[in-house]
Amino acid sequence: MVPITTLHYLVVAAALFVLGVVGVLTRRNVVIVLMSIELILNAVNLNLVAFSRIWGLHGQVFAIFVITDAAAEAAVGLGILIAFFRNKETVNIDEVDLLKW
Amino acid sequence: MISSIIAAALVQTRPPADMQPVATPFFFYLLSGLMIVGGLMVITRKNPVHSALALIVTLLGQAGLYLMLYAPFVAGVQIILYVGGIMVLFLFVIMLVNLERTQQEKSFNKQWAVGLAAAAALGAMFVSVYVKGRALFPELPVAPLEGENTQRIGSMLYGNYMFAFEIASLLLLVAIIGAVVMAKKRI
Amino acid sequence: MLNYITSYLDKSVQMTPGQAGNLFWALVYILLVFGGVSLAVVCMNWLERKILAHMQIRLGPMRVGPHGLLQPIADAIKLILKEDIIPANADVAVFWLAPLIILLAVFSVYCVVPFGPTHAITDMNIGILFMLGVSSLGVLGIVMAGWASNSHYPLIGALRSSAQMVSYEVAMGLAVVSAVLMTSLNATGTGTLSMIGIVQAQYAQHVWFVFKFFPLGFIAFGVFAIAMVAETNRAPFDLPEAESELTAGFHTEYSGLRWSLFMLGEYGAMIAVSSIAITLWLGGWMRPFPNLLHGAAFDLAFSLFPALTFFGLAGLTFYSTSRMPKHPYFRLQTLGLGVFGALFAVIGLILLIPPVFQRVQDIYWFIAKIAVFMYLFIWYRGTFPRYRFDQLMKVGWKVLLPIGLGVLVLTAIVGVMV
Repeated sequence: MVPITTLHYLVVAAALFVLGVVGVLTRRNVVIVLMSIELILNAVNLNLVAFSRIWGLHGQVFAIFVITDAAAEAAVGLGILIAFFRNKETVNIDEVDLLKW
Repeated sequence: MISSIIAAALVQTRPPADMQPVATPFFFYLLSGLMIVGGLMVITRKNPVHSALALIVTLLGQAGLYLMLYAPFVAGVQIILYVGGIMVLFLFVIMLVNLERTQQEKSFNKQWAVGLAAAAALGAMFVSVYVKGRALFPELPVAPLEGENTQRIGSMLYGNYMFAFEIASLLLLVAIIGAVVMAKKRI
Repeated sequence: MLNYITSYLDKSVQMTPGQAGNLFWALVYILLVFGGVSLAVVCMNWLERKILAHMQIRLGPMRVGPHGLLQPIADAIKLILKEDIIPANADVAVFWLAPLIILLAVFSVYCVVPFGPTHAITDMNIGILFMLGVSSLGVLGIVMAGWASNSHYPLIGALRSSAQMVSYEVAMGLAVVSAVLMTSLNATGTGTLSMIGIVQAQYAQHVWFVFKFFPLGFIAFGVFAIAMVAETNRAPFDLPEAESELTAGFHTEYSGLRWSLFMLGEYGAMIAVSSIAITLWLGGWMRPFPNLLHGAAFDLAFSLFPALTFFGLAGLTFYSTSRMPKHPYFRLQTLGLGVFGALFAVIGLILLIPPVFQRVQDIYWFIAKIAVFMYLFIWYRGTFPRYRFDQLMKVGWKVLLPIGLGVLVLTAIVGVMV
C-alpha cells in the first residue's frame, strides 16, 4: 500500500473544510451553522498538526491556541444565539433580518 | 471493542524505528472515513442533536489522527476541550432552543445551489493547489520523540509563546464574561 | 506467530504491551482488565447492599444464596429477562446510544491505569490528561440519555447531573495539576504526565504525594477525593439520581439491560477515579514504606500480605459457615458457603508460591487500595445526607475551586523554594 504521506492528511483536511463551508452556506439552523464553523476550524488544525510533523512543534502549539480560540468563540456565539432565541423564538438564520431595509 | 482499537492506535504511536508499522494505512483510512462520514452527517441531518453527535464522532476521529501524527498532547487537548467541553455546551444549547416546529421546516435555505457551487469552486482550488504544489510538501525522514512531546510543548509555550499564552488566557476571560452577559435575562 | 507471542515474555522486556508494540498481549491485558472490572462491579453490587445494610443495623440480602452471595447473579438474570421499554416519541437512536457512550468513556480510562510498573495496557506520554479527558466524555452520555427519554424528570436530572459533573471536573483538574507539579521536583526538573512515571516519581522522591509538603499534598488529595465523589454522582452528591427527588433522574426511562449498563458505568467510573487518586497521591502499586522499611526481611513480610488477606477471608467464611442454622433446609447453602471459603483458601495457598506472589504483588496492593476507596464510597452513602443542588454547585465553585487554586500556587512556591 502507498505509505501515508503528509498529502493524505492535507486532502482529508481540505475535504472537511469544504464540508464545513457547505454547511455554513446552505443550512438554516443557526446551531448547525456554528457546528460547521467548528468543522472548518478542525480542518485547519489538522493541516497545522500535519505540517508540524515535518517542520517542528510550532504547528502543534498553534493548534492548541486555535482550539482555545474555538472554545471561546463557541461560548460567545452560543450566548448570542440564546439571547437572540429569547427575543425571536426561532433558530432560523433567515429570520435574522431586523437590519434589512 | 473500541478499547482494542484505541489500544492498537496507541501501539502505533512509537516512532518508526526501522520499518513502518503495518497497520497505519488501515487506521488512517478508518479514521478519515469516520471523519468524512461524520462531517457529511453534520451538514445533512435535520435534527440538530444528530448533527452534534456526528460532530462528536468527527472530533474523536480527529483526535485519533493527531495520535497518528505523533501529537499526543494536542490529541488530549482536543478530547478534553472540544469533545468534553464545546460539544457538551452545544448539546446544552440545542436542548434549550429545540423547538418542535424547527424539525418540520425545511433544513436547507433558498441559496443552496449557489452555496454548493461556491464550495465546489473552493474544492477545485484546493485540488489544483495540491496537484501543482506537490513539490512543496517534502517527506523529510524525521522521527519526533513521542516520549517528550508534552515536555517540549510545555517549554515552547512558556518560552517562545509566553506572550500568546497570556493573551489566550485573557481572551478566555473575556469570553467567559461575554457569554455570561449575553445569556443573562436582565443585564 | 508464536515468536511474536513469546517475544514479550522475555525477561529483558520491561515495558507495557502497548509500548512494546505487542498487539496480542495488549488484547490479553484488555480482556483481563475488562473481566476484572466486571467481576469487581458484581462484587461491589453485593458489598454495597450488605455494608449499607449493616450500617443501618439490618441484614441486607440473605435469601438468595448463603448471606445473599448469589444476589448479584439473580439481579443480572432478572434485568436480562425484563421487558425493554422505549418511551413513546423518544429518539430511538440516541436512546440506544447513550449507555454505550458512558460505557465507552468509562472503559477507555482503563487503558492507562497502571496496576504495576509493566502491568498496564499501555503507558501514554499524556496518561493523566487522557484519563481526565475521556472521563469527561461520560457527561455527553448522560446528556443524551436525559434528552432522548422525552420526559421531564430525565431531562432535569440529566441537566443537573451534567452541570454537577462539569463543575467538579474543574476542581479535579486543579488537584491533578498540583500533583503533577510535584513530579517535577526531581534532578532534571521536568515532570511527567504518564501514570507510570508519576508513581515512579513518588518512588524516587521517597514519599507518597499525599504526605509531600504536608499539608499541601493532603489538601490536594482531599479536594480530589471530594470532587471524584461528585463526579461519579455518588452520595452525598447524588441528587440527580436519588429516588425521592427525581425518580432516578436521567435513567428513569431505562429498564432491564440498559439500566444495568448505567450501573456498570457508574461502578466502573468509581473504580476509575479511585485509581487516578491512588496513582497520583497514594503511591500506586507500591507497598507501604518501600524506602523506609526496605531489605529482604521486610520485602518478604510485605509479600505475604496477599496470601494472608485471602486466608483471612477464608477464615471469615468458615466462621460464618459454622454459624449457619442447623436446619436441613440450609444444608445446600452451608455446603456452598464452605466451598466458597475453600476457594479463598486455595487462592491464598497459590499466592504463597514465590514466583506467583512476586508477579502479583503490585496488582494486589493497587487493588487493596481500590478496595479501601470503594469502602469509603459506600461509607459516604450510608452516612452523609444529600446535598441540595444549589449547595452542591456552591461547594464545587466557591469552595473547592479556590482551595484547589490556593494549593496549586502554594505547591509551586514551596516546590521552588525547597
